[in-house]
Amino acid sequence: MKIEGSVFKYGDNVDTDVIIPARYLNTPDMGELARHCMEDIDAAFASSVKPGDIIVAGRNFGCGSSREHAPASIKAAGVSCVIASTFARIFYRNALNIGLPILECPEAAEAIAKGDRVSVDFDTGKIVDETTGKVFSAEPFPPFMQDLIRAGGLAAYMKTIE
Amino acid sequence: MGMTMTQKILARHAAKSEVHAGELILANLDLVLGNDITTPVAVGEFPKFSRKCVFDKDKIALVPDHFTPNKDIKAAAQCATMRNFANEQHITNYFEVGHDCGVEHALLPETGLVTAGDCVIGADSHTCTYGALGAFSTGIGSTDMACGMATGKTWFKVPAAIKVVVIGAKPKWVSGKDLVLHLIGMIGVDGARYMSLEFTGDGIANLTMDDRFTIANMAIEAGAKNGIFPVDAACLEYLKEHGAKEPVIETADADAEYVRTIEIDLSSLRPTVAFPHLPENTKTIDEAKGIKIDQVVIGSCTNGRISDLAIAAEIIKGRKVARHVRAIVIPATQKIWLEALEKGYLKTFAEAGCVVSTPTCGPCLGGYMGILAKGERAVTTTNRNFVGRMGHIESEIYLASPAVAAASAIKGEIADPEEVCK
Repeated sequence: MKIEGSVFKYGDNVDTDVIIPARYLNTPDMGELARHCMEDIDAAFASSVKPGDIIVAGRNFGCGSSREHAPASIKAAGVSCVIASTFARIFYRNALNIGLPILECPEAAEAIAKGDRVSVDFDTGKIVDETTGKVFSAEPFPPFMQDLIRAGGLAAYMKTIE
Repeated sequence: MGMTMTQKILARHAAKSEVHAGELILANLDLVLGNDITTPVAVGEFPKFSRKCVFDKDKIALVPDHFTPNKDIKAAAQCATMRNFANEQHITNYFEVGHDCGVEHALLPETGLVTAGDCVIGADSHTCTYGALGAFSTGIGSTDMACGMATGKTWFKVPAAIKVVVIGAKPKWVSGKDLVLHLIGMIGVDGARYMSLEFTGDGIANLTMDDRFTIANMAIEAGAKNGIFPVDAACLEYLKEHGAKEPVIETADADAEYVRTIEIDLSSLRPTVAFPHLPENTKTIDEAKGIKIDQVVIGSCTNGRISDLAIAAEIIKGRKVARHVRAIVIPATQKIWLEALEKGYLKTFAEAGCVVSTPTCGPCLGGYMGILAKGERAVTTTNRNFVGRMGHIESEIYLASPAVAAASAIKGEIADPEEVCK
């Protein structure tokens, strides 16, 4: 599968409190939460993000809380992929479990700039910055996680192994 | 090659004779935990796992603690979703506000639901707290919680480990909070990412169980999968006293592999404060003191236990909270609240000008019960000081021990307990 979108760029240690502030967590409605996604780090995000857009960030993206509302609100906002140098552990798990595509690629995270058009081929892990022409290669997922992603998330995957 | 303590617990729960760092395993679970924010999402996901019933009604703990007592209509609806699920599924360990409830990670050890050697997941990042009891416990999301409730299993990547060797004894005003803040300051908020923090060393005997809960609780703030302590006499006594199941004591092999080893001498630690906006921005009290504050919070799953309230009461007794400071004290569970009442701590707090709340996570995550306005500063015994965590994005959170928080409440600025108690 291949996707293409414009980039929203952030730094290191983007935590789940800025991705979706807890003051909004009195609802499990991810569509409603998407309207507040990234609000405390980028107030313009929710109103300017378009379906297919990509988040690019530095180290330890999604650190902090276990709230699945963080990757789920990013997904519900229309984001097609998050590329980061590294991901915090629970965010990484949650993203795979709910089917939000994520890629670890420190070189891409460093070089890609805000507003660049970027395409991602999930089958090969190839990331292309269409604005600058630079090409990057993301870390491939271990086979188990590829199966999890292919199944479309944890619930579907568990059925395949039982 | 030998295994770490965490690896041994995981191997047993995956019915394997050995596991190695990086290996993906399917593990059996002893307990699955959720709260009023994460459980409603898990309840929504539960039907996707094609099970009518949970895997074991006695091995699920549902704790309404984050936005309770219900802070608004939507929060009330989320609690109702959780309560209805608990009733439908006949969940044994559903806790109700006022009856037997409290902040989840103070509550579960207190009720004896976790024992040494257990494998526990919780849809709350501070689930790592139970490592103090020699259990493997880690935070996961709502889909994982739903999967755990349905199947009694989950997948793990076996973590590598950092060995933290604790030596020496604590000086008077130093606590577990100071140790863990110091450690996070040393290795950073992703210094233990994906790894277990395995505590060891003679100095552990000088840490109370409450110190250990605080330390294991904040392992996540260094990015760790879990933090874990060896099972010693103090741990066994705690488990017995709280009616926990028979412990299974695992110990790390002598040839277990560690990514790195860190030594911390308790006697060299100073009261430590984490400055905005990351828990790794630590300074000693000597560098931190003098910053004017607007609010103090003493409570949370990190520091709302009886010994935390005891040291705060010791400092506050006979003194007054600075006029410009709002001091909020939150005993973490109903049982702790009652004990604090019986010991006179609540009276001490109230007479000094503190407000004492019912157990809730409330202000720690910016839910309610102490939200900060633009430009306001708080010293809190909680666990995160991210941008906007407790309120306005231009508010500031300074993380500290109950002793530093209490001293700061009296002085109206970040203060050294030693100086306030002179």
